[in-house]
Amino acid sequence: MKMNLNDNISQRLAFGNALADLGSEYRNLVVLDADVGPSSQTKIFKDKFPDRFFQIGIAEQNMAGIAAGLSTMGYIPFISTFAVFMVHRAGDQIRNAIAHPRANVKINGAYAGLPTGRAGATHSAFEDIAIMRSLPNMTIFEPADAREVELCTRYALEIEGPVYLRTVRCDVPVIFPQDHKIIPGKALILTEGHDIAVISTGMMTARALEAEKILRSKGVSVKLVHMPTLKPIDKEAIQEAAETAKTILTIENHSVIGGLGSAVCEVVAETIPCKVYRLGYQDIFLESGDDEELFEAYGLSSHCIVKKVLEILNK
Amino acid sequence: MLDHTKYLTEIANNLRKVVLKSANNAGTGHVGGSLSEIDILTALYFSVLNIDPSNPDWENRDRFILSKGHASLGLYSVLAERGYFSKELLDTFDQTGTKLQGHPDMNKCPGIDFSTGSLGQGLSIGIGISIGAELRKKNFKTFVLIGDGESQEGQVWEALMYAGVRKVKNLVAIFDYNKVQLSSMIQDNIDLEPFAEKISAFNWNVIEMNGHDMGPLESSLKKAYHLSGGGPVAVIAHTIKGKGVSFMENKFEWHGKAPDSRQLAEALAELEGGQAK
Ligand SMILES: Cc1ncc(C[n+]2csc(CCOP(=O)(O)OP(=O)(O)O)c2C)c(N)n1
Repeated sequence: MKMNLNDNISQRLAFGNALADLGSEYRNLVVLDADVGPSSQTKIFKDKFPDRFFQIGIAEQNMAGIAAGLSTMGYIPFISTFAVFMVHRAGDQIRNAIAHPRANVKINGAYAGLPTGRAGATHSAFEDIAIMRSLPNMTIFEPADAREVELCTRYALEIEGPVYLRTVRCDVPVIFPQDHKIIPGKALILTEGHDIAVISTGMMTARALEAEKILRSKGVSVKLVHMPTLKPIDKEAIQEAAETAKTILTIENHSVIGGLGSAVCEVVAETIPCKVYRLGYQDIFLESGDDEELFEAYGLSSHCIVKKVLEILNK
Repeated sequence: MLDHTKYLTEIANNLRKVVLKSANNAGTGHVGGSLSEIDILTALYFSVLNIDPSNPDWENRDRFILSKGHASLGLYSVLAERGYFSKELLDTFDQTGTKLQGHPDMNKCPGIDFSTGSLGQGLSIGIGISIGAELRKKNFKTFVLIGDGESQEGQVWEALMYAGVRKVKNLVAIFDYNKVQLSSMIQDNIDLEPFAEKISAFNWNVIEMNGHDMGPLESSLKKAYHLSGGGPVAVIAHTIKGKGVSFMENKFEWHGKAPDSRQLAEALAELEGGQAK
Protein backbone atom coordinates (compact mmCIF):
# COMPACT_ATOMS: atom_id res chain seq x y z
CA MET A 1 0.00 0.00 0.00
CA LYS A 2 1.27 3.47 -0.89
CA MET A 3 2.02 5.68 2.09
CA ASN A 4 4.18 8.66 2.93
CA LEU A 5 5.72 9.77 6.20
CA ASN A 6 3.19 11.58 8.41
CA ASP A 7 0.17 10.37 6.41
CA ASN A 8 -2.62 9.42 8.75
CA ILE A 9 -3.54 5.85 7.85
CA SER A 10 -5.70 3.44 9.74
CA GLN A 11 -4.10 0.19 10.78
CA ARG A 12 -7.14 -1.79 9.72
CA LEU A 13 -6.84 -0.50 6.19
CA ALA A 14 -3.16 -1.32 6.18
CA PHE A 15 -3.92 -4.81 7.48
CA GLY A 16 -6.63 -5.46 4.88
CA ASN A 17 -4.33 -4.33 2.08
CA ALA A 18 -1.39 -6.29 3.43
CA LEU A 19 -3.46 -9.48 3.49
CA ALA A 20 -4.63 -8.90 -0.08
CA ASP A 21 -1.05 -8.28 -1.22
CA LEU A 22 0.31 -11.31 0.58
CA GLY A 23 -2.47 -13.46 -0.86
CA SER A 24 -0.76 -13.54 -4.26
CA GLU A 25 2.55 -14.59 -2.81
CA TYR A 26 1.14 -17.01 -0.23
CA ARG A 27 -1.26 -19.25 -2.13
CA ASN A 28 -1.90 -21.10 1.14
CA LEU A 29 -3.09 -17.99 2.97
CA VAL A 30 -6.78 -18.27 3.89
CA VAL A 31 -8.75 -15.64 5.79
CA LEU A 32 -11.62 -16.30 8.19
CA ASP A 33 -14.03 -13.66 9.43
CA ALA A 34 -16.78 -13.61 12.05
CA ASP A 35 -19.00 -10.99 10.43
CA VAL A 36 -16.82 -7.93 10.90
CA GLY A 37 -14.95 -8.01 7.57
CA PRO A 38 -16.06 -4.53 6.47
CA SER A 39 -14.81 -3.16 9.80
CA SER A 40 -11.58 -5.10 10.07
CA GLN A 41 -11.03 -4.68 6.30
CA THR A 42 -10.51 -8.36 5.56
CA LYS A 43 -13.08 -7.71 2.84
CA ILE A 44 -10.24 -6.43 0.66
CA PHE A 45 -8.83 -9.97 0.70
CA LYS A 46 -12.30 -11.42 0.16
CA ASP A 47 -12.85 -9.34 -2.97
CA LYS A 48 -9.52 -10.45 -4.39
CA PHE A 49 -9.52 -14.10 -3.31
CA PRO A 50 -13.13 -15.16 -2.71
CA ASP A 51 -12.20 -18.86 -2.76
CA ARG A 52 -9.79 -18.42 0.11
CA PHE A 53 -12.07 -16.31 2.28
CA PHE A 54 -14.43 -17.99 4.75
CA GLN A 55 -17.33 -16.23 6.35
CA ILE A 56 -17.92 -18.23 9.52
CA GLY A 57 -20.76 -16.17 10.93
CA ILE A 58 -20.83 -14.66 14.40
CA ALA A 59 -19.21 -17.73 15.88
CA GLU A 60 -15.71 -16.91 17.09
CA GLN A 61 -15.16 -20.27 18.79
CA ASN A 62 -16.03 -22.16 15.63
CA MET A 63 -13.80 -19.81 13.63
CA ALA A 64 -10.77 -20.54 15.82
CA GLY A 65 -11.43 -24.29 15.64
CA ILE A 66 -11.90 -24.34 11.86
CA ALA A 67 -8.65 -22.41 11.50
CA ALA A 68 -6.86 -25.00 13.62
CA GLY A 69 -8.18 -27.75 11.35
CA LEU A 70 -7.20 -25.86 8.19
CA SER A 71 -3.67 -25.44 9.50
CA THR A 72 -3.20 -29.22 9.51
CA MET A 73 -3.82 -29.18 5.76
CA GLY A 74 -0.90 -26.86 5.10
CA TYR A 75 -2.94 -23.67 4.95
CA ILE A 76 -2.05 -20.54 6.90
CA PRO A 77 -5.35 -19.28 8.30
CA PHE A 78 -5.59 -15.66 9.42
CA ILE A 79 -8.59 -15.28 11.71
CA SER A 80 -9.77 -11.80 12.38
CA THR A 81 -12.34 -10.10 14.54
CA PHE A 82 -12.47 -7.52 17.29
CA ALA A 83 -9.72 -8.28 19.79
CA VAL A 84 -12.13 -8.41 22.71
CA PHE A 85 -14.25 -11.19 21.19
CA MET A 86 -11.25 -12.97 19.81
CA VAL A 87 -9.36 -13.44 23.02
CA HIS A 88 -12.32 -13.83 25.36
CA ARG A 89 -15.07 -15.60 23.42
CA ALA A 90 -12.59 -17.82 21.62
CA GLY A 91 -10.05 -17.85 24.44
CA ASP A 92 -10.35 -21.54 25.23
CA GLN A 93 -10.14 -22.43 21.54
CA ILE A 94 -7.06 -20.24 21.07
CA ARG A 95 -5.49 -21.86 24.10
CA ASN A 96 -6.36 -25.48 23.50
CA ALA A 97 -6.76 -25.81 19.73
CA ILE A 98 -4.13 -23.28 18.60
CA ALA A 99 -1.48 -22.44 21.21
CA HIS A 100 -1.02 -25.85 22.82
CA PRO A 101 -0.94 -27.85 19.56
CA ARG A 102 1.24 -25.06 18.01
CA ALA A 103 -1.25 -24.76 15.15
CA ASN A 104 0.03 -22.45 12.43
CA VAL A 105 -2.85 -20.01 12.89
CA LYS A 106 -2.52 -16.23 12.76
CA ILE A 107 -4.83 -14.11 14.86
CA ASN A 108 -5.70 -10.49 14.17
CA GLY A 109 -7.09 -8.72 17.22
CA ALA A 110 -8.70 -5.73 15.54
CA TYR A 111 -10.00 -2.61 17.29
CA ALA A 112 -7.51 -3.18 20.10
CA GLY A 113 -7.51 -0.85 23.08
CA LEU A 114 -9.44 2.37 23.23
CA PRO A 115 -10.22 3.37 19.63
CA THR A 116 -13.33 1.34 18.82
CA GLY A 117 -15.45 4.02 17.18
CA ARG A 118 -17.12 5.06 20.41
CA ALA A 119 -18.31 1.53 21.15
CA GLY A 120 -17.16 1.73 24.75
CA ALA A 121 -16.57 -0.80 27.48
CA THR A 122 -17.88 -4.00 25.86
CA HIS A 123 -15.74 -3.51 22.76
CA SER A 124 -12.43 -2.17 24.00
CA ALA A 125 -9.86 -4.88 24.60
CA PHE A 126 -7.39 -3.47 27.12
CA GLU A 127 -6.39 -6.86 28.54
CA ASP A 128 -5.80 -8.94 25.41
CA ILE A 129 -2.00 -8.77 25.65
CA ALA A 130 -2.15 -9.92 29.26
CA ILE A 131 -4.05 -13.00 28.14
CA MET A 132 -2.11 -13.76 24.99
CA ARG A 133 1.26 -13.10 26.59
CA SER A 134 0.67 -15.83 29.13
CA LEU A 135 0.09 -18.46 26.43
CA PRO A 136 3.13 -20.60 25.59
CA ASN A 137 4.03 -20.79 21.85
CA MET A 138 2.38 -17.41 21.12
CA THR A 139 4.24 -14.62 19.32
CA ILE A 140 2.76 -11.14 19.75
CA PHE A 141 3.20 -8.13 17.48
CA GLU A 142 1.89 -4.65 18.14
CA PRO A 143 2.85 -2.46 15.17
CA ALA A 144 3.28 1.29 15.51
CA ASP A 145 1.98 2.48 12.16
CA ALA A 146 0.61 1.29 8.82
CA ARG A 147 4.12 0.51 7.64
CA GLU A 148 4.74 -1.79 10.55
CA VAL A 149 1.32 -3.38 10.13
CA GLU A 150 2.48 -4.50 6.70
CA LEU A 151 5.78 -5.80 8.04
CA CYS A 152 4.18 -7.60 10.97
CA THR A 153 1.49 -9.18 8.81
CA ARG A 154 4.23 -10.58 6.61
CA TYR A 155 6.26 -11.79 9.59
CA ALA A 156 3.14 -13.42 10.99
CA LEU A 157 3.01 -15.61 7.88
CA GLU A 158 6.73 -16.30 7.88
CA ILE A 159 6.86 -17.41 11.49
CA GLU A 160 5.86 -21.04 12.03
CA GLY A 161 3.27 -21.29 14.81
CA PRO A 162 0.60 -19.12 16.44
CA VAL A 163 0.93 -15.35 16.12
CA TYR A 164 -1.23 -12.62 17.63
CA LEU A 165 -1.26 -9.37 15.68
CA ARG A 166 -2.74 -6.47 17.60
CA THR A 167 -4.07 -3.63 15.46
CA VAL A 168 -6.10 -0.50 16.16
CA ARG A 169 -9.08 0.95 14.39
CA CYS A 170 -8.07 4.61 14.22
CA ASP A 171 -5.79 6.54 11.91
CA VAL A 172 -2.20 6.63 13.09
CA PRO A 173 0.54 8.80 11.55
CA VAL A 174 3.10 6.93 9.49
CA ILE A 175 6.25 7.44 11.53
CA PHE A 176 8.62 5.10 9.73
CA PRO A 177 10.15 5.56 6.26
CA GLN A 178 9.63 3.20 3.37
CA ASP A 179 12.86 1.29 4.00
CA HIS A 180 11.91 0.69 7.64
CA LYS A 181 12.84 -2.75 8.93
CA ILE A 182 12.02 -4.67 12.04
CA ILE A 183 13.37 -7.93 13.37
CA PRO A 184 10.86 -10.10 15.26
CA GLY A 185 11.82 -10.18 18.92
CA LYS A 186 13.93 -7.04 18.69
CA ALA A 187 13.21 -3.54 19.96
CA LEU A 188 14.09 -0.38 18.03
CA ILE A 189 15.98 2.44 19.67
CA LEU A 190 14.39 5.59 18.24
CA THR A 191 16.36 8.15 20.25
CA GLU A 192 19.31 7.88 22.57
CA GLY A 193 19.15 9.65 25.94
CA HIS A 194 20.02 9.28 29.60
CA ASP A 195 17.50 11.11 31.82
CA ILE A 196 14.76 8.55 31.33
CA ALA A 197 14.00 5.58 29.09
CA VAL A 198 10.56 5.60 27.53
CA ILE A 199 9.45 2.20 26.23
CA SER A 200 6.36 2.16 24.07
CA THR A 201 4.52 -0.16 21.75
CA GLY A 202 1.88 0.02 19.02
CA MET A 203 0.16 3.29 18.22
CA MET A 204 1.57 4.85 21.41
CA THR A 205 5.01 5.08 19.84
CA ALA A 206 3.90 7.97 17.58
CA ARG A 207 2.80 9.82 20.71
CA ALA A 208 6.01 8.98 22.52
CA LEU A 209 7.98 10.40 19.58
CA GLU A 210 6.02 13.65 19.74
CA ALA A 211 6.55 13.83 23.47
CA GLU A 212 10.26 13.21 23.05
CA LYS A 213 10.55 16.24 20.74
CA ILE A 214 8.85 18.48 23.28
CA LEU A 215 10.97 17.09 26.10
CA ARG A 216 14.16 17.59 24.13
CA SER A 217 13.26 21.25 23.62
CA LYS A 218 12.98 21.47 27.39
CA GLY A 219 16.42 19.96 27.83
CA VAL A 220 15.28 16.47 28.83
CA SER A 221 17.23 13.64 27.24
CA VAL A 222 15.03 10.64 26.50
CA LYS A 223 16.01 7.19 25.35
CA LEU A 224 13.02 6.08 23.33
CA VAL A 225 12.60 2.36 22.78
CA HIS A 226 9.86 1.00 20.52
CA MET A 227 8.74 -2.61 20.92
CA PRO A 228 6.79 -3.97 17.95
CA THR A 229 7.25 -7.49 19.33
CA LEU A 230 5.80 -8.02 22.80
CA LYS A 231 6.53 -11.71 22.88
CA PRO A 232 9.25 -12.84 22.88
CA ILE A 233 10.20 -9.61 24.63
CA ASP A 234 13.60 -8.07 23.91
CA LYS A 235 15.21 -8.49 27.32
CA GLU A 236 18.55 -7.00 26.32
CA ALA A 237 16.97 -3.78 25.12
CA ILE A 238 15.10 -3.43 28.40
CA GLN A 239 18.20 -4.13 30.46
CA GLU A 240 20.16 -1.65 28.44
CA ALA A 241 17.47 0.98 28.98
CA ALA A 242 17.52 0.32 32.71
CA GLU A 243 21.29 0.63 32.77
CA THR A 244 21.56 3.89 30.83
CA ALA A 245 18.58 5.78 32.21
CA LYS A 246 17.97 4.21 35.65
CA THR A 247 14.29 5.16 35.27
CA ILE A 248 11.78 3.71 32.81
CA LEU A 249 8.35 4.88 31.69
CA THR A 250 6.26 2.42 29.67
CA ILE A 251 3.40 3.55 27.43
CA GLU A 252 0.75 1.30 25.95
CA ASN A 253 -2.81 1.32 24.62
CA HIS A 254 -3.57 -1.46 27.13
CA SER A 255 -4.07 -2.01 30.82
CA VAL A 256 -1.03 -1.44 33.01
CA ILE A 257 -1.73 -4.98 34.23
CA GLY A 258 -0.22 -7.74 32.15
CA GLY A 259 0.95 -5.84 29.08
CA LEU A 260 4.15 -4.05 28.09
CA GLY A 261 4.54 -2.36 31.49
CA SER A 262 4.31 -5.67 33.28
CA ALA A 263 6.68 -7.34 30.84
CA VAL A 264 9.27 -4.62 31.41
CA CYS A 265 8.88 -4.90 35.19
CA GLU A 266 9.37 -8.66 34.98
CA VAL A 267 12.64 -8.21 33.12
CA VAL A 268 14.13 -5.45 35.28
CA ALA A 269 13.06 -7.10 38.52
CA GLU A 270 15.19 -10.12 37.65
CA THR A 271 18.14 -8.26 36.17
CA ILE A 272 18.70 -4.55 36.75
CA PRO A 273 16.08 -3.34 39.24
CA CYS A 274 15.06 0.25 38.60
CA LYS A 275 12.04 2.46 38.96
CA VAL A 276 9.39 1.69 36.32
CA TYR A 277 6.35 3.93 35.78
CA ARG A 278 3.52 2.64 33.62
CA LEU A 279 1.16 4.68 31.46
CA GLY A 280 -1.86 2.77 30.21
CA TYR A 281 -5.34 2.02 31.47
CA GLN A 282 -5.31 1.95 35.27
CA ASP A 283 -7.44 -1.14 35.94
CA ILE A 284 -10.62 0.36 34.53
CA PHE A 285 -13.19 -0.41 31.83
CA LEU A 286 -13.06 2.16 29.04
CA GLU A 287 -15.94 4.38 28.01
CA SER A 288 -17.52 5.68 24.83
CA GLY A 289 -16.50 9.01 23.45
CA ASP A 290 -14.12 10.84 21.18
CA ASP A 291 -10.84 8.93 20.89
CA GLU A 292 -8.60 11.94 21.53
CA GLU A 293 -10.67 13.27 24.41
CA LEU A 294 -10.52 9.85 26.02
CA PHE A 295 -6.79 9.37 25.42
CA GLU A 296 -6.32 12.74 27.13
CA ALA A 297 -8.55 11.70 30.03
CA TYR A 298 -6.67 8.40 30.43
CA GLY A 299 -3.28 10.13 30.33
CA LEU A 300 -2.22 8.86 26.92
CA SER A 301 -1.91 12.01 24.81
CA SER A 302 1.58 13.26 23.97
CA HIS A 303 1.04 16.16 26.37
CA CYS A 304 0.13 13.77 29.16
CA ILE A 305 3.32 11.85 28.41
CA VAL A 306 5.39 15.03 28.64
CA LYS A 307 3.73 15.95 31.91
CA LYS A 308 4.32 12.49 33.32
CA VAL A 309 8.01 12.54 32.42
CA LEU A 310 8.54 15.98 33.97
CA GLU A 311 6.72 14.84 37.08
CA ILE A 312 8.89 11.71 37.34
CA LEU A 313 12.06 13.77 36.90
CA ASN A 314 10.84 16.45 39.33
CA LYS A 315 11.19 19.18 36.73
CA MET B 1 -19.24 -61.62 6.81
CA LEU B 2 -20.40 -63.06 10.09
CA ASP B 3 -16.86 -64.15 10.87
CA HIS B 4 -15.71 -60.63 10.18
CA THR B 5 -18.30 -59.21 12.58
CA LYS B 6 -17.28 -61.75 15.16
CA TYR B 7 -13.64 -60.83 14.64
CA LEU B 8 -14.37 -57.14 15.26
CA THR B 9 -16.51 -57.97 18.29
CA GLU B 10 -13.68 -60.02 19.73
CA ILE B 11 -11.17 -57.23 19.22
CA ALA B 12 -13.48 -54.76 20.93
CA ASN B 13 -14.14 -57.09 23.82
CA ASN B 14 -10.44 -57.66 24.24
CA LEU B 15 -9.78 -53.90 24.14
CA ARG B 16 -12.29 -53.42 26.96
CA LYS B 17 -9.94 -55.47 29.10
CA VAL B 18 -6.95 -53.45 27.92
CA VAL B 19 -8.73 -50.22 28.87
CA LEU B 20 -9.54 -51.51 32.34
CA LYS B 21 -6.07 -52.91 32.95
CA SER B 22 -4.40 -49.70 31.79
CA ALA B 23 -6.66 -47.58 33.96
CA ASN B 24 -6.00 -49.83 36.94
CA ASN B 25 -2.28 -49.68 36.27
CA ALA B 26 -2.30 -45.88 36.08
CA GLY B 27 -4.78 -45.44 38.87
CA THR B 28 -6.64 -42.97 36.63
CA GLY B 29 -8.60 -42.87 33.40
CA HIS B 30 -12.08 -42.34 32.06
CA VAL B 31 -13.34 -45.89 31.79
CA GLY B 32 -17.08 -45.20 31.34
CA GLY B 33 -16.74 -43.24 28.10
CA SER B 34 -13.89 -45.44 26.87
CA LEU B 35 -16.05 -48.55 27.18
CA SER B 36 -18.98 -46.87 25.45
CA GLU B 37 -16.88 -45.82 22.46
CA ILE B 38 -14.72 -48.91 22.02
CA ASP B 39 -16.98 -50.73 19.53
CA ILE B 40 -17.22 -47.59 17.40
CA LEU B 41 -13.44 -47.11 17.45
CA THR B 42 -12.83 -50.77 16.66
CA ALA B 43 -15.16 -50.64 13.65
CA LEU B 44 -13.47 -47.44 12.45
CA TYR B 45 -9.85 -48.48 12.89
CA PHE B 46 -10.19 -52.14 11.90
CA SER B 47 -12.62 -51.74 9.04
CA VAL B 48 -13.96 -48.36 7.97
CA LEU B 49 -11.03 -45.93 7.93
CA ASN B 50 -8.48 -45.84 5.14
CA ILE B 51 -5.29 -45.61 7.20
CA ASP B 52 -1.73 -46.87 7.36
CA PRO B 53 -0.47 -47.29 10.94
CA SER B 54 3.12 -47.56 9.69
CA ASN B 55 2.71 -44.11 8.14
CA PRO B 56 0.53 -42.14 10.54
CA ASP B 57 1.15 -38.86 8.70
CA TRP B 58 0.17 -40.23 5.28
CA GLU B 59 -1.47 -37.25 3.60
CA ASN B 60 -4.41 -39.14 2.08
CA ARG B 61 -5.37 -40.99 5.24
CA ASP B 62 -8.82 -40.61 6.68
CA ARG B 63 -8.74 -38.40 9.77
CA PHE B 64 -10.18 -39.11 13.18
CA ILE B 65 -10.63 -36.63 16.03
CA LEU B 66 -11.64 -37.73 19.50
CA SER B 67 -13.53 -34.63 20.48
CA LYS B 68 -14.38 -36.26 23.82
CA GLY B 69 -10.66 -36.32 24.55
CA HIS B 70 -11.06 -37.54 28.12
CA ALA B 71 -11.91 -41.00 26.72
CA SER B 72 -8.32 -41.24 25.47
CA LEU B 73 -7.74 -44.71 26.89
CA GLY B 74 -10.26 -46.18 24.47
CA LEU B 75 -8.45 -44.58 21.55
CA TYR B 76 -4.96 -45.44 22.83
CA SER B 77 -5.90 -49.08 23.22
CA VAL B 78 -7.22 -49.21 19.64
CA LEU B 79 -4.18 -47.40 18.24
CA ALA B 80 -1.83 -49.79 20.06
CA GLU B 81 -3.75 -52.83 18.84
CA ARG B 82 -3.66 -51.45 15.30
CA GLY B 83 0.11 -51.02 15.52
CA TYR B 84 0.56 -47.25 15.78
CA PHE B 85 2.80 -47.79 18.78
CA SER B 86 3.92 -50.53 21.11
CA LYS B 87 1.36 -51.95 23.50
CA GLU B 88 3.87 -51.50 26.32
CA LEU B 89 3.31 -47.78 25.99
CA LEU B 90 -0.14 -48.31 27.48
CA ASP B 91 1.56 -48.96 30.82
CA THR B 92 2.86 -45.40 30.74
CA PHE B 93 -0.59 -43.83 30.34
CA ASP B 94 -0.88 -40.66 32.42
CA GLN B 95 2.58 -41.20 33.94
CA THR B 96 5.24 -38.50 34.04
CA GLY B 97 6.97 -38.11 30.68
CA THR B 98 4.50 -40.27 28.75
CA LYS B 99 3.44 -39.94 25.12
CA LEU B 100 0.01 -41.02 26.25
CA GLN B 101 -1.16 -37.90 28.01
CA GLY B 102 -4.45 -37.82 29.88
CA HIS B 103 -5.91 -36.11 26.83
CA PRO B 104 -4.57 -36.93 23.33
CA ASP B 105 -1.63 -34.79 22.25
CA MET B 106 -0.91 -34.72 18.50
CA ASN B 107 2.67 -33.59 19.08
CA LYS B 108 3.44 -36.45 21.42
CA CYS B 109 1.47 -39.51 20.31
CA PRO B 110 1.56 -41.12 16.83
CA GLY B 111 -1.84 -41.49 15.21
CA ILE B 112 -3.48 -38.52 16.93
CA ASP B 113 -4.78 -36.22 14.21
CA PHE B 114 -5.57 -33.37 16.59
CA SER B 115 -5.11 -32.59 20.27
CA THR B 116 -8.30 -32.40 22.31
CA GLY B 117 -9.41 -32.17 25.92
CA SER B 118 -11.55 -29.06 26.14
CA LEU B 119 -14.98 -30.34 25.17
CA GLY B 120 -16.93 -29.02 22.22
CA GLN B 121 -14.05 -28.25 19.88
CA GLY B 122 -13.48 -31.31 17.70
CA LEU B 123 -16.20 -30.73 15.15
CA SER B 124 -14.94 -27.23 14.26
CA ILE B 125 -11.47 -28.67 13.77
CA GLY B 126 -12.96 -31.43 11.61
CA ILE B 127 -14.68 -28.80 9.48
CA GLY B 128 -11.36 -27.00 9.03
CA ILE B 129 -9.71 -30.23 7.90
CA SER B 130 -12.58 -31.00 5.50
CA ILE B 131 -12.49 -27.52 3.99
CA GLY B 132 -8.72 -27.80 3.61
CA ALA B 133 -9.12 -31.19 1.96
CA GLU B 134 -11.64 -29.79 -0.50
CA LEU B 135 -9.33 -26.88 -1.36
CA ARG B 136 -6.56 -29.40 -1.97
CA LYS B 137 -8.91 -31.61 -3.99
CA LYS B 138 -8.48 -34.55 -1.66
CA ASN B 139 -11.24 -37.03 -0.99
CA PHE B 140 -10.32 -38.48 2.37
CA LYS B 141 -12.95 -38.49 5.12
CA THR B 142 -12.83 -36.83 8.51
CA PHE B 143 -14.58 -38.52 11.42
CA VAL B 144 -15.20 -36.76 14.73
CA LEU B 145 -16.41 -38.59 17.84
CA ILE B 146 -18.44 -36.37 20.16
CA GLY B 147 -19.94 -37.08 23.58
CA ASP B 148 -23.59 -36.49 24.32
CA GLY B 149 -22.82 -34.41 27.39
CA GLU B 150 -20.26 -32.59 25.28
CA SER B 151 -23.06 -31.67 22.90
CA GLN B 152 -24.35 -29.23 25.49
CA GLU B 153 -21.48 -26.98 24.40
CA GLY B 154 -22.56 -24.09 22.17
CA GLN B 155 -19.60 -24.54 19.85
CA VAL B 156 -20.91 -27.94 18.78
CA TRP B 157 -24.03 -26.23 17.47
CA GLU B 158 -22.05 -23.45 15.82
CA ALA B 159 -20.18 -26.17 13.98
CA LEU B 160 -23.32 -28.16 13.15
CA MET B 161 -24.89 -24.99 11.78
CA TYR B 162 -21.87 -24.08 9.69
CA ALA B 163 -21.35 -27.54 8.19
CA GLY B 164 -25.06 -27.92 7.44
CA VAL B 165 -25.40 -24.55 5.73
CA ARG B 166 -22.14 -24.85 3.80
CA LYS B 167 -22.69 -28.54 3.01
CA VAL B 168 -19.19 -29.44 4.15
CA LYS B 169 -18.18 -32.63 2.36
CA ASN B 170 -16.54 -35.81 3.63
CA LEU B 171 -17.28 -34.99 7.27
CA VAL B 172 -18.89 -37.47 9.65
CA ALA B 173 -19.84 -36.60 13.23
CA ILE B 174 -20.42 -39.62 15.44
CA PHE B 175 -22.27 -39.03 18.67
CA ASP B 176 -21.53 -41.48 21.46
CA TYR B 177 -25.01 -41.24 22.90
CA ASN B 178 -24.51 -43.06 26.20
CA LYS B 179 -27.00 -40.86 28.12
CA VAL B 180 -24.56 -40.23 30.95
CA GLN B 181 -22.24 -37.31 31.58
CA LEU B 182 -19.82 -36.46 34.39
CA SER B 183 -22.14 -35.63 37.26
CA SER B 184 -25.49 -37.12 36.25
CA MET B 185 -27.61 -38.88 33.69
CA ILE B 186 -28.16 -36.53 30.75
CA GLN B 187 -31.93 -36.59 31.32
CA ASP B 188 -31.33 -35.16 34.80
CA ASN B 189 -29.08 -32.53 33.30
CA ILE B 190 -29.73 -30.63 30.06
CA ASP B 191 -31.31 -33.29 27.88
CA LEU B 192 -30.65 -33.33 24.13
CA GLU B 193 -33.93 -34.75 22.88
CA PRO B 194 -35.23 -34.66 20.23
CA PHE B 195 -31.56 -35.01 19.26
CA ALA B 196 -31.82 -36.55 15.79
CA GLU B 197 -34.49 -34.04 14.77
CA LYS B 198 -32.37 -31.15 15.95
CA ILE B 199 -29.35 -32.26 13.96
CA SER B 200 -31.35 -33.01 10.86
CA ALA B 201 -33.00 -29.59 11.16
CA PHE B 202 -29.43 -28.24 10.86
CA ASN B 203 -29.31 -29.87 7.38
CA TRP B 204 -27.30 -32.94 8.29
CA ASN B 205 -28.01 -36.46 7.14
CA VAL B 206 -28.69 -38.45 10.31
CA ILE B 207 -28.20 -42.17 10.85
CA GLU B 208 -29.16 -43.75 14.17
CA MET B 209 -28.27 -47.19 15.43
CA ASN B 210 -27.04 -49.27 18.35
CA GLY B 211 -23.40 -48.43 18.96
CA HIS B 212 -22.50 -51.86 20.37
CA ASP B 213 -24.09 -54.21 17.84
CA MET B 214 -21.05 -54.64 15.62
CA GLY B 215 -22.78 -55.70 12.39
CA PRO B 216 -25.20 -52.77 12.04
CA LEU B 217 -22.65 -50.43 13.62
CA GLU B 218 -20.04 -51.22 10.99
CA SER B 219 -22.50 -51.00 8.11
CA SER B 220 -23.90 -47.69 9.38
CA LEU B 221 -20.42 -46.21 9.62
CA LYS B 222 -19.69 -47.41 6.09
CA LYS B 223 -22.93 -45.92 4.89
CA ALA B 224 -22.05 -42.61 6.56
CA TYR B 225 -18.62 -42.83 4.94
CA HIS B 226 -20.09 -42.93 1.46
CA LEU B 227 -23.00 -40.57 2.07
CA SER B 228 -20.67 -37.88 3.39
CA GLY B 229 -19.43 -37.23 -0.15
CA GLY B 230 -22.60 -35.22 -0.62
CA GLY B 231 -22.60 -33.30 2.67
CA PRO B 232 -22.18 -33.78 6.39
CA VAL B 233 -23.47 -36.95 8.04
CA ALA B 234 -24.24 -37.44 11.72
CA VAL B 235 -24.20 -40.91 13.21
CA ILE B 236 -26.06 -41.14 16.48
CA ALA B 237 -24.75 -44.27 18.15
CA HIS B 238 -26.91 -45.37 21.07
CA THR B 239 -24.46 -46.70 23.59
CA ILE B 240 -24.11 -47.62 27.22
CA LYS B 241 -21.60 -45.86 29.42
CA GLY B 242 -19.35 -48.49 31.02
CA LYS B 243 -20.61 -51.10 28.52
CA GLY B 244 -19.55 -54.66 29.30
CA VAL B 245 -19.01 -54.35 33.03
CA SER B 246 -22.35 -54.54 34.77
CA PHE B 247 -21.36 -52.60 37.87
CA MET B 248 -20.06 -49.75 35.71
CA GLU B 249 -22.91 -49.58 33.22
CA ASN B 250 -25.06 -46.42 33.21
CA LYS B 251 -23.24 -45.03 36.25
CA PHE B 252 -21.91 -41.51 36.16
CA GLU B 253 -19.77 -42.52 39.14
CA TRP B 254 -17.67 -44.51 36.65
CA HIS B 255 -17.14 -41.53 34.35
CA GLY B 256 -13.64 -40.69 35.46
CA LYS B 257 -12.55 -43.42 37.76
CA ALA B 258 -10.16 -46.37 37.50
CA PRO B 259 -11.01 -49.79 38.94
CA ASP B 260 -8.98 -50.99 41.91
CA SER B 261 -7.52 -54.50 41.74
CA ARG B 262 -10.56 -56.24 43.16
CA GLN B 263 -12.88 -54.36 40.81
CA LEU B 264 -10.57 -55.09 37.90
CA ALA B 265 -10.61 -58.83 38.61
CA GLU B 266 -14.37 -58.79 38.82
CA ALA B 267 -14.69 -56.84 35.58
CA LEU B 268 -12.24 -59.07 33.72
CA ALA B 269 -14.05 -62.18 34.89
CA GLU B 270 -17.30 -60.80 33.56
CA LEU B 271 -15.74 -59.87 30.23
CA GLU B 272 -14.00 -63.22 29.90
CA GLY B 273 -17.19 -65.06 30.71
CA GLY B 274 -18.57 -63.23 27.71
CA GLN B 275 -21.55 -62.20 29.78
CA ALA B 276 -21.52 -58.72 28.42
CA LYS B 277 -24.34 -58.40 25.96
C1 LIG C 1 -15.10 -27.44 28.11
C2 LIG C 1 -15.04 -28.54 29.13
N1 LIG C 1 -15.85 -28.48 30.21
C3 LIG C 1 -15.80 -29.45 31.14
C4 LIG C 1 -14.94 -30.51 31.02
C5 LIG C 1 -14.87 -31.57 32.11
N2 LIG C 1 -15.48 -32.84 31.62
C6 LIG C 1 -14.73 -33.84 31.14
S1 LIG C 1 -15.62 -35.13 30.61
C7 LIG C 1 -17.08 -34.37 31.03
C8 LIG C 1 -18.39 -35.05 30.75
C9 LIG C 1 -18.52 -35.41 29.32
O1 LIG C 1 -19.67 -36.16 29.11
P1 LIG C 1 -19.91 -36.88 27.72
O2 LIG C 1 -19.63 -35.91 26.62
O3 LIG C 1 -21.25 -37.47 27.72
O4 LIG C 1 -18.75 -37.94 27.67
P2 LIG C 1 -18.79 -39.50 27.87
O5 LIG C 1 -20.03 -39.82 28.65
O6 LIG C 1 -18.84 -40.09 26.53
O7 LIG C 1 -17.55 -39.84 28.62
C10 LIG C 1 -16.83 -33.13 31.58
C11 LIG C 1 -17.87 -32.21 32.07
C12 LIG C 1 -14.10 -30.52 29.87
N3 LIG C 1 -13.20 -31.49 29.66
N4 LIG C 1 -14.19 -29.54 28.95
